[in-house]
Amino acid sequence: MPDQISVKVNGAAISVPSGATAAVAMAIAGQPCRTSVTGEPRGPLCGMGICFECRVTINGVPHCRSCQIPCEPGMEVNSEV
Amino acid sequence: MPQTFDILVVGGGPAGIAAAVRAAESGASVAIVDDNFTLGGQIWRNAFTETAPDPQPEWRDRLQRTNVSLFCATRVFHQPEPGVLLAESADELLEFRYRKLVLATGARERFLPFPGWTLPNVMGAGGLQAMVKSGLPIRGKCVIVAGTGPLLLAVAAYLRCHGAEIPIICEQASWSRLARFAITLIRSPEKIPQALQLKRDLKGIPFAANTWPVAAHGRAAVETVALLRNGKSEQIVCDYLACGFHLVPNTELPALLGCQIRNGFVQVDELQQTTVPNVFCAGEPTGIGGLELSIIEGQIAGFAAAGRNTEAQRLYSHRDVCRRFARRLERTFCLRPELKSLPSPDTIICRCEDVRHSRLQEHTSWRAAKLHTRCGMGPCQGRICGPATEFLYKWNPDSVRPPLFPVRVNSLAAVGRTNQPEHHGLRGGH
Repeated sequence: MPDQISVKVNGAAISVPSGATAAVAMAIAGQPCRTSVTGEPRGPLCGMGICFECRVTINGVPHCRSCQIPCEPGMEVNSEV
Repeated sequence: MPQTFDILVVGGGPAGIAAAVRAAESGASVAIVDDNFTLGGQIWRNAFTETAPDPQPEWRDRLQRTNVSLFCATRVFHQPEPGVLLAESADELLEFRYRKLVLATGARERFLPFPGWTLPNVMGAGGLQAMVKSGLPIRGKCVIVAGTGPLLLAVAAYLRCHGAEIPIICEQASWSRLARFAITLIRSPEKIPQALQLKRDLKGIPFAANTWPVAAHGRAAVETVALLRNGKSEQIVCDYLACGFHLVPNTELPALLGCQIRNGFVQVDELQQTTVPNVFCAGEPTGIGGLELSIIEGQIAGFAAAGRNTEAQRLYSHRDVCRRFARRLERTFCLRPELKSLPSPDTIICRCEDVRHSRLQEHTSWRAAKLHTRCGMGPCQGRICGPATEFLYKWNPDSVRPPLFPVRVNSLAAVGRTNQPEHHGLRGGH
C-alpha cells in the first residue's frame, strides 16, 4: 500500500494515497468539484487541466484546477458552489 | 528577471522531451515549460517521477544526463513580442526569452455532447486514465469505455490492469473500416507486437464496433449508460463512462504566435519549422500520429533548432513511415455523421456557460454564438465545446487572443508592463 496522507474535503478529513491530486481527493470523498452556472454538479472531464470542470477552492484560493494539483498533508479542498 | 535560453520547448510530453534532449545533446541551453506538475505529457504521465514504473527508460535517462532546465506547473499565456513568452506558475510570473522555440503542445480528447455527458464520472477515456494515474482507486469499479480511436483500447487495458471491470468497449467506427485498418497493419510491422500485446491485455472484454453511447443517466453521478449497438439500444449499469472521440491538437499557442494552421493542424516544413521564423512544432499539433511519430518529430525539431540539419534529415524516412500510419488512423476513426444527432435540444454543449444545443442551433457561426450565448467564453475558452461545435454545426474557430488561459490579475497587469518599451530599459539595469 502506498503511504496515505490526510486532507480535508468540504470540512471532512479523509485519507488519500500520497501523490494523489486534489481531484482524486474529491472523487474519494464522493464530492462534486463544482456547481455549474445552472446548478448541475460537475467533476473532472479531461483530467489534464484543459476543461476547468474540476475547479475547486484549495486552502482558500478559488478556481484551482484540482486535477493539476497534488494533495499535501492538511490541505483544505472545497467544492465551488 | 527574464530566463534566457537558446532553445525553449513548450510541452514536456514525448515530442517536447525528444526535442529538448536532442537540442541539449547538441550543446544548446534548453528549457522545457509544461503546464502539468510532472513531465511526461499524458502518455508518460508519472513516468518521470521516482516512484513510477519505468516505461521509457531511454528518454528519461537521456533527459537526466542533460542539463535541461525544467519548469513544470507553468503555463504560457502570452507573447509580448517575438522571442519572449510570459508564463504563470503557482506563485510567480515568469518571462522566457529564446532564440528558437519548439512547440510541443500535444493534443486533447475530442468530446461529443450527448444527454447526460455532464454528469460526474462521465469522463474522457484518457481523462479517466489520467485520474487513475493520479491516484484514483479504480479496483472493482465498472467502467464502460466508449468513443473512437486506438486510445480506447489502451485505456481499457490500463484500467483492467488496475482492477477495473470493463463490461464493453464501444467503438463508433464500422467493422469494415476496422478490418481495413487491421489489414494495413502489415505495412507497419513495428506496430504488430504492440497490437498483439493489447489483444492479450483485452482478452475477454467485449468489443463492439458500430456502437456509441446515446445517453448517460444518474442522480449525483452516472449510474447507467444507454448504448446504440448496431442500431439497437441497450442499457448498461456502470460506475464510470470513459468516453472520448479521438484527439484534437492543442493549437492555441501556435495560433497565438501567428503560425499558419491548415485543416486544424500547424503547418511545418521538413525540418518541423512553422511559418513563423525560429518557431518549430512537433508531435500531435502537426497531425495526430501517436507516440512514435511524436518522438521522431521532436528529435527532428530539436536537431533543427540546434542547427544540426544533417542529423535531422537522417530521421525523415522514419517520419514518413509513421505519417503513413497516422493517415490510416485518421481514415479509420473519422466520425460518422449519425453522431451529430446525439444531442437533444436541452443537451448542454458549452459546459462552462451551460449553453444548450437548441440555443446554439439558432446561430450560424461560432462568433455569433459567442456574442449571443457566451458559448466558448468560459474558463476553458472553447477548448472543449469548440471541436464539438465544429463537428455539430461546421463552425470555424475564432482567432486566438491572449491570455491563452485565465490568469491572475497581477499576471495580466504584467502583460501591460511588458508592452511598454521603458520596462526593457529598466530590466537592462539589473
